[in-house]
Amino acid sequence: MLAVTYPDPLLPRLYRVERVQRELADTTTFELTPLSGLRPTFEPGQFNMLYAFGVGEIAISISGAADATGFVHTVREVGAVSGALAKLKAGAPVGVRGPFGTGWPIAAARGADVLFVAGGLGLAPLRPAIYHVLANRARYGRVVILVGSRNPDGMLYHPELEQWRQQHDVNIELTVDHADATWHGHVGVVPALIRRFAIDPADTVAMICGPELMMRFTVSALRDAGVEPERIFLSLERNMKCAIGLCGHCQFGPVFVCKDGPIMRFDKIAEIFAMREI
Amino acid sequence: MEGLESILAKHPFFAGFAAEHGQLVAACARNHRYEVGEYLFREGGPANEFFLIRHGQVALEIGAPGTAPIVFATLDQGDLVGASWLVPPYRWLYDARAVTLTRAIGIDAACLRAKCEADHHLGYEMMKRFLPALVQRLHATQLQILDVYGKR
Amino acid sequence: MQQSAVNATVQIITCENLQALIDALHKHDYQVLGPTVRDGAIVYDTIAHVADLPAGWKDHQEAGRYRLERRADDALFGFVVGPQSWKRFLHPPLESLWTMGQGDGGVTLSSHATTAPKFAFLGVRACEIHAIAIQDRVFVDGPYPDAAYAMRRKDAFIVAVNCGQAGGTCFCVSMHTGPKASLGFDLALTELLEGDDHQFLVEVGSQAGAELLEQVPHFQATDAHLAAAEAVVSRTASQMGRSLDTVGIKELLQGNLDHPRWDEVAQRCLTCGNCTMVCPTCFCTTVEDHSDLTGIAAERVRKWDSCFTLDFSYLHGGSVRSTARSRYRQWMTHKLASWFDQFGTSGCVGCGRCITWCPVGIDITEEAAAIRSTPNAGKGVTHGGS
Repeated sequence: MLAVTYPDPLLPRLYRVERVQRELADTTTFELTPLSGLRPTFEPGQFNMLYAFGVGEIAISISGAADATGFVHTVREVGAVSGALAKLKAGAPVGVRGPFGTGWPIAAARGADVLFVAGGLGLAPLRPAIYHVLANRARYGRVVILVGSRNPDGMLYHPELEQWRQQHDVNIELTVDHADATWHGHVGVVPALIRRFAIDPADTVAMICGPELMMRFTVSALRDAGVEPERIFLSLERNMKCAIGLCGHCQFGPVFVCKDGPIMRFDKIAEIFAMREI
Repeated sequence: MEGLESILAKHPFFAGFAAEHGQLVAACARNHRYEVGEYLFREGGPANEFFLIRHGQVALEIGAPGTAPIVFATLDQGDLVGASWLVPPYRWLYDARAVTLTRAIGIDAACLRAKCEADHHLGYEMMKRFLPALVQRLHATQLQILDVYGKR
Repeated sequence: MQQSAVNATVQIITCENLQALIDALHKHDYQVLGPTVRDGAIVYDTIAHVADLPAGWKDHQEAGRYRLERRADDALFGFVVGPQSWKRFLHPPLESLWTMGQGDGGVTLSSHATTAPKFAFLGVRACEIHAIAIQDRVFVDGPYPDAAYAMRRKDAFIVAVNCGQAGGTCFCVSMHTGPKASLGFDLALTELLEGDDHQFLVEVGSQAGAELLEQVPHFQATDAHLAAAEAVVSRTASQMGRSLDTVGIKELLQGNLDHPRWDEVAQRCLTCGNCTMVCPTCFCTTVEDHSDLTGIAAERVRKWDSCFTLDFSYLHGGSVRSTARSRYRQWMTHKLASWFDQFGTSGCVGCGRCITWCPVGIDITEEAAAIRSTPNAGKGVTHGGS
């Protein structure tokens, strides 16, 4: 058999779980470091294919900072592979292929106001971009972070959101669809928050991530507020197998989500985005 | 009255409202101030006023036995509170509670309904502003029901 | 197999000397693959002798119909294309990507040994050459070239055959992919059969082709030979069974994603995926992870897949494309429209296989024409409520 040669994009590289942190009832964050060598650099918005040995492989966005030692991933348990990954303990092996895909426009947004809109687990793929903007705060104008969640228990990275609010010059608004007695904040959908923010549509770059339905209505609210499609960026999701544009599974119209995305500028997909079963 | 007229004119709800219509509405209006925890109205009460929030946040909630009241929507500066004043039997269907110190303009429902009957142009101008706010509220509520973040 | 310029000197080899060509390829360690008759169809398989070729056979192809019939003569290539294409050798239906085991140092991952035989394809049609070029663009020109494909491809020797007859479902003329092979081959043959005279006009398309031809008895073609070969090609070009108007077809299909024709074809389409299996450019695959019961030894394999399967677009507990309508639309708009956005050319070479091998006879040219005849039908029908 041939020796493994990296970086063969089809071969998982062996990593180890460094630390595990339960975020929510069904969501876990872990950090992965390679068994040998350094992990590759990545751009905020990119994803890895994580291989749970003997189970399978899924695409998970990187959700850690650029200077983290390892790859940080937040996984929600929805199936066999994600369930297996969520049960890993420190020291367990994981196969990693990547990073793949396009990243958030953090360089292009310099000098402009930045609006992050996250829904549910969508905050995880956005977090590296938020880290970057906060670490380079002076390079950006106004920074607004809007986070929507099903309920207070489902608010991802809640302590960190509070930290950002206190330590940085940012506007952060959180909202839930369904409140409970402990919740004293906004109740309602994320798009409704956009109207409160008198954003400057000509100078705002919007980065949105969440369930596709939530992204559709958020884009609608942004368009109503006068933001041009070229200033709106989404993170798409489709069935991934090879992650390198050769298996055809992730196609969305002519777009290969694995290599033309997952981050897409909205004008490039505007016509097909609201169509069914594309 | 003068003060109220200019306050109303500045509120986003009345953007583009003709001055003479503004006077008519102002005659039905008064200023309100709600401390934290104070109720703008309670479920079952007569819906004889509706509100335009000038500052602050208002929670719409419903009480149920054995549980703390459930907030199903929060409204903020610029938002309209209350639609039951338009529809007989003019009764509130839920509670509206000030979450923060809230200033709002209250517009007497009977007064405004009478003026709209007398002047249909005024009535139409009010409807043109009222309906989009309601439709937006409906859409937002539909989205909440869709439970987009739920597991499938 | 490289340059596009055809050697100006055109040669003739006799039918008997075709064996010398096959032998020369064997001597150079090529695995020679070519058309054979098996199971009532033309199937590409190993060729050792000229006798292995389908002498005296022709095919009758129509929508949903394929039959082999006897010819009146002994032409060796008197048929068009069968259900397979050369993709089954260059882009195999099943391939091991890596295996995993426990070594002394812990878990080890190893690439599957990629030592492919050198292929010599005998009897590649012009449309198939274009199909190979299209797959080259998919597998070799992207940001992540498929190393195994590139290796198989690099060493492949192509002996093209210019079609002596058009198939009932052929439309290479519409797609500008034939019937004459003009580039992408090492050698190109045109069969000249007149009474007892059985010869092949040979054009050289590369240095490798020229070198191989040196080992086969040949003589210079005369003007008469050249004229005869041209006549074969123009006769074939005039016999096309189908045609497809390609003017503005990308915009036409991408602008008619809600056309009622999609609903209509969905009532016929079984989503069986035959079209994707026989199509020489369809490239979609899936990966499967196999492990033994201990979970220590594992293997990842790649297999052909089809966008017609429900699983193909599985996401969050369901399929993005759950209806037959959406899956047929995906296949056809990818083939004729999105392929341009992705790879700069059409994905279709007009070989007609999808028409022939569709069990219900759905015809891609007919579907395109139907949409073209009533563009924007169904527009103004909105989706969604208030």
